[in-house]
Amino acid sequence: MSSARKLPEAVWEFVVGDDWRLAAAAVAAIGGAALLVALGVNAWWWVPALVAMILWLAVTR
Amino acid sequence: MNVGLIVAVFVACTVEAVEAVTIVLAMGMTRGWRSALAGVGAGLLALAILIAVLGPALTAVPLGTLRVVVGGLLLIFGLQWLRKAILRASGRKAVHDEAAIFAEEHRRAAEREPSRAEGIDGYGFTVAFKGVLLEGLEVAFIVLTFGANQGQIGVAAAAAGAAVLVVLAVAVAVRAPLSRVPENTMKFAVGVLLTSFGAFWGAEGAGIEWPGGDAALLVLVPAILLWSLLLVNLAGRAPDPRPNTA
Repeated sequence: MSSARKLPEAVWEFVVGDDWRLAAAAVAAIGGAALLVALGVNAWWWVPALVAMILWLAVTR
Repeated sequence: MNVGLIVAVFVACTVEAVEAVTIVLAMGMTRGWRSALAGVGAGLLALAILIAVLGPALTAVPLGTLRVVVGGLLLIFGLQWLRKAILRASGRKAVHDEAAIFAEEHRRAAEREPSRAEGIDGYGFTVAFKGVLLEGLEVAFIVLTFGANQGQIGVAAAAAGAAVLVVLAVAVAVRAPLSRVPENTMKFAVGVLLTSFGAFWGAEGAGIEWPGGDAALLVLVPAILLWSLLLVNLAGRAPDPRPNTA
């Protein structure tokens, strides 16, 4: 495998790890918070609530 | 001084240092200390170059952008660590065993033919180099992200340095894998801290104003800890549909 392919794969492995769904959920949590702020809602509860749900799904599914 | 920053960095870096020391010990005892220590030196040099390049670059990024990116990355890392820690604590996943990892590395190293060039064994050098670089990258990431976010890279680096020195001192004293370090408990604690700080900074970077400002962390950390402990209980009672993989 060429080093040009190895580097992106190493970065992916380092950042995303072995469960891409957790990474996607984290992005959705922060992106959703930004969207709610843009709509004028200071939804401080949004990220903790999503984190709680993500963890529950991750360990029970 | 930010106690949360120091505790989070110290505990996380202790865990990473224990893992790196296990690999280096196995290489040193089977392939020779000269090759293992040369690998450690080369790994530390590569890390120093990366930190020297990335450190100043991070401090130049606007704080809001930094918090979104760093918060997001910490949240991803935290959730990964916490998921595994909850599954391990509930018995759904095999616990991280440094003695077993040491034995496996020792066996693999003993099976390999010597590959010496100018007195350096290639296998021992490469495995020690990769171990130090990969575990060190996680240490560097934690130091740079926590430090840059709080404007205290020096404090974070000192906490990481103290953790590495403590682990090294213990490793030199016992000359054996550090299997008595409560690594799984520490990983659980680090998962809670990374997830909490990641959620806090990520939301703040997105524009959220936390009730009570920074004091919200004093509620967020215990809340995520309690929820995780509850999930340990729930996961332990649920039937396991998956094979038990490390």
